[in-house]
Amino acid sequence: MTKTERREARSSAIFNKQAVTYAAAQSFRMLSPRVMIKNPVMFVTEMGAVLSTISLFAVSADAYAVSVTLILWLTVVFANFAEALAEAKGKAGADSLKQVRRDTVCTRLTDGGSEKVGSSELKVGDRVLVCAGDIIPCDGEVDKGIASVDESAITGESAPVIRESGGDRSGVTAGTKVLTGDIEVIVTAGAGESFLDRMIALVEGAVRQKTPNELALTVTLAGLTLAFLLVTTALLPIGRYFGAELSIPTLTALLVCLIPTTISALLPAIGIAGMNRALAANILAKSGKAVELAGDIDTILLDKTGTITVGNRQAVQFVPVSGVTEAQLTETAMKASFGDMTPEGKSIVALAEQLSGSTAETPADAAVISFSAHTRLSGVDTNGHRLRKGAYDAVTAFVQQNGGRIPADLKEITDRIASAGCTPIVVAENDRILGVISLSDVLKAGIQSRFARLRAMGLRIIMVTGDNPLTAKSIAGEAGVDGFVAEAKPEDKLNYIRKEQKGGRLIAMIGDGTNDAPALAQADIGVAMNSGTQAAKEAGNMVDLDNNPTKLIEVIEIGKQLLMTRGALTTFSVSNDVAKYFAIIPAMFILAMPHLAGLNIMNLASPESAVLSALIFNAVVIPALIPLAIKGVRFRAMGADALLKRNLLIYGFGGVVLPFAGIKVIDMILSATGMF
Amino acid sequence: MKSDIIQGVKAAFITMAVCCVLYTGAVYAVGFLAKEKAEGSLIYKDGRVVGSRLIAQNFKGERYFHPRPSAVDYNAAGAGGSNLSPYSKEIRERAEKIIAENGSGLPADMVTASGSGLDPHISLDSAVFQAERVAKARNTDKNRIIAVIDEHTDSYLKIVNVLELNMALDRVE
Amino acid sequence: MVFVTLIIGISAVLSWFLGRYMTYIMDSSEQGTWQSYLKQFAVFNVIMFAVSFAVLAFQQYLPLNPDGKGALTADLIFNTAASFTTNTNLQHYSGEVSMSYFSQLFALMWLQFVSAATGIAVLTAIARGLGGKGFGNFYKDMMRATFYILLPVSFVVAVLLIFTGVPMTFGGTVEAHTIEGALQNIARGPAAAFIAIKQLGSNGGGFFGPNSAHPFENPNFWSNAVETMSIIIIPMSCVWMFGRLTGKMRHAAVIFGVMLLLLVMKLSFAAYFESAPAGALAGLDVQTSSNLEGKELRFGTSAAPLWAVVTTSTSNGSVNNMHDSLNPLTGLVPLTGMWLNETFGGVGVGMINMLIYILTGVFICGMMVGRTPEYLGRKVETQEMKLVLLALLVHPLCILGGTALFTIMPWGAETVHNTGAHGFTEILYEFTSSSANNGSGFEGLGDNTPAWNIATGIVMLVSRYVPIVLPLMAAGSLAAKRISPDTSGTLHTDTVLFGAVILGSIIFIGALLFMPVAVLGPVSEYMAGALK
Repeated sequence: MTKTERREARSSAIFNKQAVTYAAAQSFRMLSPRVMIKNPVMFVTEMGAVLSTISLFAVSADAYAVSVTLILWLTVVFANFAEALAEAKGKAGADSLKQVRRDTVCTRLTDGGSEKVGSSELKVGDRVLVCAGDIIPCDGEVDKGIASVDESAITGESAPVIRESGGDRSGVTAGTKVLTGDIEVIVTAGAGESFLDRMIALVEGAVRQKTPNELALTVTLAGLTLAFLLVTTALLPIGRYFGAELSIPTLTALLVCLIPTTISALLPAIGIAGMNRALAANILAKSGKAVELAGDIDTILLDKTGTITVGNRQAVQFVPVSGVTEAQLTETAMKASFGDMTPEGKSIVALAEQLSGSTAETPADAAVISFSAHTRLSGVDTNGHRLRKGAYDAVTAFVQQNGGRIPADLKEITDRIASAGCTPIVVAENDRILGVISLSDVLKAGIQSRFARLRAMGLRIIMVTGDNPLTAKSIAGEAGVDGFVAEAKPEDKLNYIRKEQKGGRLIAMIGDGTNDAPALAQADIGVAMNSGTQAAKEAGNMVDLDNNPTKLIEVIEIGKQLLMTRGALTTFSVSNDVAKYFAIIPAMFILAMPHLAGLNIMNLASPESAVLSALIFNAVVIPALIPLAIKGVRFRAMGADALLKRNLLIYGFGGVVLPFAGIKVIDMILSATGMF
Repeated sequence: MKSDIIQGVKAAFITMAVCCVLYTGAVYAVGFLAKEKAEGSLIYKDGRVVGSRLIAQNFKGERYFHPRPSAVDYNAAGAGGSNLSPYSKEIRERAEKIIAENGSGLPADMVTASGSGLDPHISLDSAVFQAERVAKARNTDKNRIIAVIDEHTDSYLKIVNVLELNMALDRVE
Repeated sequence: MVFVTLIIGISAVLSWFLGRYMTYIMDSSEQGTWQSYLKQFAVFNVIMFAVSFAVLAFQQYLPLNPDGKGALTADLIFNTAASFTTNTNLQHYSGEVSMSYFSQLFALMWLQFVSAATGIAVLTAIARGLGGKGFGNFYKDMMRATFYILLPVSFVVAVLLIFTGVPMTFGGTVEAHTIEGALQNIARGPAAAFIAIKQLGSNGGGFFGPNSAHPFENPNFWSNAVETMSIIIIPMSCVWMFGRLTGKMRHAAVIFGVMLLLLVMKLSFAAYFESAPAGALAGLDVQTSSNLEGKELRFGTSAAPLWAVVTTSTSNGSVNNMHDSLNPLTGLVPLTGMWLNETFGGVGVGMINMLIYILTGVFICGMMVGRTPEYLGRKVETQEMKLVLLALLVHPLCILGGTALFTIMPWGAETVHNTGAHGFTEILYEFTSSSANNGSGFEGLGDNTPAWNIATGIVMLVSRYVPIVLPLMAAGSLAAKRISPDTSGTLHTDTVLFGAVILGSIIFIGALLFMPVAVLGPVSEYMAGALK
């Protein structure tokens, strides 16, 4: 693809025909003052346009006054167009979601029977039966059964996911489809309040409220507008003192050029686009405020397993204690892992088979002892032998209970393995400890560089793990995180978040289980995985539809980009004023005070063309910057000071220089027409 | 609210007593250490005040050096500057008149009014410029006049106190 | 230039130590909310106004009136009471003509102390609040500032001034019989005590009409040097005090640097423009020199532009030359100083004004680092921006609104002393000076009229109290927020880059608001003059 083709591809994504048609129509509909008042700066612009129009009839309607008035109206339309276009993009997403939300007939279970009802009649607490091939009619929790569900309508992910009762994978979403299995679902959200409904409302902007920063910026821009209103109004009597009669269109032109129309026109679009970007990343933020807040996060809490490391730990080595051969240990470890269906267990058997060169059969009388949170051991009882494996303290306790003693070098071996970032699993047979299996964690590819990016932005990453501190420390070092919470229990997360928040930090975390719900609620940004429990989803302020734990990083980047875009365009908007002053002020007074000609440093052709050029530049810049507003300014992972320097240079300095060139070019074109 | 007001009146009373009475009294007392200056650097002649060393007075006669123009006619009880724009016609007219009376090549301080209208100094250039006229009026050698000027010149700022210079001239004669 | 560098350099060095001393005096652990502080502040300022109004109104019945000064008009009393209560010291009277010694000392000089102390007190409260401590007690702060800061420093300066020749007498006007036989009435008075606090408290109200251009207020080169340094030293120290009280010394150093840079820029412009002769002398057979109209010779050539810049940078408003007669573009520099009003600014309030600019700059530029803007670790949000922008708006409202009104109304247009652009500048300057609580004037203006007295009186009151009260409220709102930790992702307030941000904000806001009137006034006069 050539550069131009790529550019076209990008812009067509924003200016596609359907969206443009919608936005164009909408931008005229939005001219109603009742809509405009929400944007004070554009409201003032519209009032200026009205005033200028009245003056056409009341005072004079020469080509100049008519042109000024037209461009004033055009400025307002452009601003509406920017907002409508961003909305159109959201609408397109909403429409496809609406396809999913059709009313379906479902089976509601009643006391002792069932009935067919429309999905819109379901109430919270109802119990419905969903069979293979059915569309799930409501948001809910699986109460009975297990099913594979196609959630592609919402997540876009085609691989089916497993939903089952209990545990952390019990949540189902309306509009998704059961592929295999039958489940009973308890309704957790009534009609119109489901996840999907909220998502559609959000996308359509129906519930869009101004976010705190957007509100503060609106106030600031309104304040600046008031100041410029003062400046221009004062010029009318002052001009009279100097014998210069200033016309309404000229004064309005000056006002509209000075007030921050560029940023005000694009401000709603920036906000909508931020939400759209979050949606495009398959993140459903419950409010625009949450997206904005994400930019302020300074500490991230990440689970180790599945986020920093690949979910499964792999057995990599058998280390016998002195007096035991490796072969003995290998065989016992293999036997102890029979029936252990976890990835770790399977990897132990696989490694043992590979080392011993033989495959072993499960003994017929083997009784599998599953891992329990109480004993924290697993193993096999066979033929009077009690084979166990587990963490150091659990296994040593087991052995001592059976009258055995602890080999002198065991502690040293486990510590060595832990320090290397592996998890030591001690293997015992009755009262005798044989040795240690080393399970290694594999870091996710590229995780270090992602963390480096985050750290460059000033974020602290804290790893949460159930591992012992030695292992945790080693993995933390390898992954490049700033700290860790080892041997963490669910409530530790909550405590940690509270402690950090007391120090003024804003914390983000990601979680899925019911256990995580309090911490998700406490965190400033809590991202729940869509596969997680309903409790987790309710507690967080965002839901990640992809179930991707590293999504937090994207959320933060979207938040930062949103604020940066606002700041950059505000700076640009204000910086533009310098050139506009140099164009308009001499033009206004040159007739009454010819000696001011020297101030016309751009050497503009005539007073009329000077005013028009500035005004046209001011109007044209709005549609020209729509792509930037919608895509956001380019985000780079760097420190605040470097970012500021870069943006100041581009949008501040550029904002001063560009309009000089732009106004001059427009003036040359205007004077070439011979009209002004 | 009531206690705030009482507190405020108290504070006003205390600050007024200290700042206006004690402070002024203390500074006034120090003034006695430099009584001549504290009383306005007055110059006496035969027991009568002839002026203040710091305040310009109007010398019109040919025998004396003239101070800078004063916008308030050397009124030491209502001082002030011309407050004219430096581009104003009035300044130009005043300058043209002074040039007509004194000849060309005048130092700028001779044609510009001072800020207070009471500037006691003229520039050394101005004094030298006027020396010829004064010498002629006094029937004396210009160099003798220049010598007196030199005696009364502030060597860093290159300015001369007119009243002191004129009194010195009278003494020399 | 050596003189200018020495004055500014010595002041800057001394301010470091004085700032330290001021912190030692003002720092306290008194509790108190911004609301209670505000209430005490308001009550005391009402008392200040009432007492001074009463003293001025009854001066003909009060003692210490050797020259028998009579009654003042009601509008002049209102204007003068407002002027001195607000630390402006705009004078629509001539001291030696209208005021008794009692009025000068008990109404005016008293206010010169306590209005200055008020500024220091509120800055202290804001700094304490932002530093995470209680806002304190206004009365205690005000008294501390008066007794332990202003009083001792004033005493030292007053003594120095007496030894340079400033009178300190209650002897009244003396009649001199000049050598040529004429009579000259020489007004005198207890000037030394008055002038010390006039300079130190960024008051600026002179004992005599021409202010520090008068030989009795400013007798020689040395008194001029002492007085110039007195103008700037406490405003400079206030920045250091702010840094120490908030625990952000490096931030304070950046602010100090920005203020100093702006000051140096203004000084360079003023010195350059004023080195040209008065335009009216063009083509006449006169020796070429710098513009001497309205200047005194005893201060040296660079003293006038230095003073003009320093006094308008700090909202002091005393003059040692007549600003009306400055070259047009030089005249633009004092105007700029007052429009910005925070290149050190008035005692206490200059730093408060700076906070308004800093918060505006931080808000707009802070977003560009991708975070909700923060100042000293606290989020700047809608509430603060509302207050800050209202405070920012007062200045252009008073200046542009007032100027616009008085240019078309006969009570304004007919009082100007010069025609055309210069006359416009006289009106503009008067409102600028009132609004900046500066008090200097283009003195050609016939401003002792009811219209001027009432209009500028109101402007002074509004533009004094709104920009003190609103930042105090904003500080209260900020102080209640949690402090986020400093990371590489936050905007650092102690870097050169941050200095550039505030410098840019100041220049931009100032230029955008006041460029049209600057062009129509001084620039237009200059260009018209240059064409001739």
